[in-house]
Amino acid sequence: MIPRPLTALAAATLLFAGCEEERPVDRATREGILLLGNGDEPKALDPHLISSVGDSNIMRALFEGLVTYHPSEDATHAPGVAERWEHNEDYTEWTFHLRDDARWSNGDPVTAGDFVYAYNRILHPDLGSPYASMLHLLENGEEFNKGEIDDFSQVGAKAPDAHTLVCTLREPAPYFPDLVKHTTWLPVHKPTIEKFGNMTDQFTLWQRPGNHVGNGPFMLESWRINGGVKVIPNPHYWDRETVTLNGIVFYPLANNFTEERAFRDGLIHKTYIIPPDLIGYHKAESPEYIKLDPYAGVYFYRCNVTKAPLDNKSLRKALAFAIDRETIVKYVSQAGEQPAYGVVPPTEGGYQPHHGVEFDLDKAKAYLKEAGYESGADVPEFEILINTSESHKAIAAAVQDMWKKHLGIEKVTIANQEWKVFQTTLRELRYQCSRSGWIGDYLDPSTFLTMWRTGDDNNQTGWGNPDFDRLLTEAANQIDPGERFAKFREAEAVLLDELPMIPIYWYTQKYLLDPAVGGWHPLLLDNHPYKHVRLDPSKIPSE
Amino acid sequence: MSTPAYILSRLAQSVFALFCIVTITFFLIRLAPGGPFSEDRVIPPHLVAKMEAYYGLDKPLPVQYLKYMGNFVQGDLGPSLGNKGHTVNEVIAQSWPVSATIGLVGLLIALAIGIPVGVFAAARPNSKTDYTLMAVATLGICLPTFVIGPLLAATLGLKLDWFDVFGWENSSAWVLASLTLGLYYAAYIARLTRGSMLDQLSQDYVRTARAKGVSPNATLFKHAFRGGITPVVSYLGPALAGLIGGSFVVESIFGLPGLGQHFIKAATNRDYTLILGTVTVFASLILLMNFIVDVVQTWLDPRRKLGA
Repeated sequence: MIPRPLTALAAATLLFAGCEEERPVDRATREGILLLGNGDEPKALDPHLISSVGDSNIMRALFEGLVTYHPSEDATHAPGVAERWEHNEDYTEWTFHLRDDARWSNGDPVTAGDFVYAYNRILHPDLGSPYASMLHLLENGEEFNKGEIDDFSQVGAKAPDAHTLVCTLREPAPYFPDLVKHTTWLPVHKPTIEKFGNMTDQFTLWQRPGNHVGNGPFMLESWRINGGVKVIPNPHYWDRETVTLNGIVFYPLANNFTEERAFRDGLIHKTYIIPPDLIGYHKAESPEYIKLDPYAGVYFYRCNVTKAPLDNKSLRKALAFAIDRETIVKYVSQAGEQPAYGVVPPTEGGYQPHHGVEFDLDKAKAYLKEAGYESGADVPEFEILINTSESHKAIAAAVQDMWKKHLGIEKVTIANQEWKVFQTTLRELRYQCSRSGWIGDYLDPSTFLTMWRTGDDNNQTGWGNPDFDRLLTEAANQIDPGERFAKFREAEAVLLDELPMIPIYWYTQKYLLDPAVGGWHPLLLDNHPYKHVRLDPSKIPSE
Repeated sequence: MSTPAYILSRLAQSVFALFCIVTITFFLIRLAPGGPFSEDRVIPPHLVAKMEAYYGLDKPLPVQYLKYMGNFVQGDLGPSLGNKGHTVNEVIAQSWPVSATIGLVGLLIALAIGIPVGVFAAARPNSKTDYTLMAVATLGICLPTFVIGPLLAATLGLKLDWFDVFGWENSSAWVLASLTLGLYYAAYIARLTRGSMLDQLSQDYVRTARAKGVSPNATLFKHAFRGGITPVVSYLGPALAGLIGGSFVVESIFGLPGLGQHFIKAATNRDYTLILGTVTVFASLILLMNFIVDVVQTWLDPRRKLGA
């Protein structure tokens, strides 16, 4: 029995909401408004205070760096505020020539001084930027950031005139144009920041609609907490002819299942992610919508080398060689990931990935013996720690099962912790083995390797190796790109021999995309320049 | 105790309870590992220290507490640590109407379904209809909103395409959200109504009415209904508080920018000030509802001893 008031309510709303048959997403396509699922609610709309991928997506609409991302080619640097740039012979001094017509969204010209101001701000110890270390490459950048020197004029960023920016680096960085595409290198508008507070105040009203000033292809129209950020074209943007969209809405859809339903219901053009459980369904039912693109990231297991039993290098090796990664990506994670036999993914500017840890049972068993265990049953109990998530749990269960089946290790348990607790546990080395992931910030092996230096904050395994550290320093001081990569490969070999981390797979970016969205090509860092994204009403699917 | 004195004492009790809740929450949330400034990428300790100093989190906890309470009594809930650039007051002001709307509509749905079903079942006690309705109601109580919600989204939203499954502005997803909330309480109200109606129907005055030849419908609606509905009325307060507060899950399922989402996210983000703010709102709401129900009941039913 359907209660009558319910039928009445349904009918009333049907009249109210259902009078137009067109799906909201198709109406948006006609109007040129791109509707994106974008993960969590943004922490801020300030490029110096954010650290998440979703937040950086919004930054790319609102701001533009010296160099920007190319819509389809990972290795190509598209000119942004800088028209051209050059470097000295050893890649330690970079000169950027800024275009005359770059403007802020209020019409002010974008100058080299704005970049120097921005670098001063993000590196200033009083701002407390979570990602300031990206600028430690600047000469004296780290010292200034740590408060060891107070005078910013000693830091390697100078503006000899309004359209010239000179960056002096502490070590050669052939990948520097890649690095300055990152959100941490974006400029901010000094008069706006200081109208609402001091340079180093985190909590001011400058990020609000009406106050916000950026220099990107789009500008802020509205921001409702948990309800979405809307941007519209910036009329002062130098390359406004290229921009075809009339707006973008970034929806915070932290619940992946809600997001997937919103896509199926025709409410968004693109999802941020697909819940792993639904990948199989979409592969079968909607192959025209599902996208599984290679992504510069590695999924791995950290081993705490300060705690038994994983302080035993041979045991770590036995465990690493007993994981059948092909099976994991094919049947467990299912999103077209690549099995990882090394740390650095095959995405980093021509770097040849390692084949350090394959699935090899003979080796695994030999290492188990070498570790001092006659059989797997002798291995003492240890725990795999994951942050609470069904997909991490499934992978942990598969790994647990492989260790049991192939090596006879019986006493492995799985424990989960909520994200913030998990992070603290890792930091304080209160775990034995833990699931982890790392996404590259730019396309260079260093973004995956420097974290494993002795005592690095992101190392979190207690592992350190002087050879590894030395090789990284040598690589950093290497000018020849080939030699540089060779040093990185050597360093990675050390890491893969000691295995404080066991690689599992290299990530893919998995999402659903409406066919009306054009100019959205697979990109390894998934940083799409929105000015090249188009909406094509002729591709609206007919019912 | 006179009525005004009773009201005053109940009010004082509520304020004291709120004070205790806020105090306990303040200290309890600090026990959770991690903090508002821990991220997936490790932030160097000197930067964490700077941020803590900025928000006054570097001071001893009792000092922070006194400062917080000082602002609290003036109605200032401080800056949100997770939503940088927003105050907790703003966050609540923006999200509160969303939760209130789906909560109130949910309550209307619950009453519109629950009471008729309860009366209908009570009029035919122990019949097949009665058993069926009550079985459905029991099922409704047992099914959590995170099951009903996606189920309604899949059927009424995606399959029949009557409503949107997500969004607040220009979206009809609030209907599904209200329905999800309402159905749960409808089931409860149906059982409550049936029970109390049956109780009334077995009373002497009903028998007298029947003996006088009053028609069954008139007995049911004119006589028994008024008494039978009283427990439902007293249940309204807690139900409304529960509906508005119970929207945590539903808001996430339908992507609504309400207070419930903040309640969860603030906890996972360790946004201390926002946790306290949302707890304050929900606690005040529940206390207020209980207070109103108490006062109204005393006023409605003189037999209830004041202050008892």
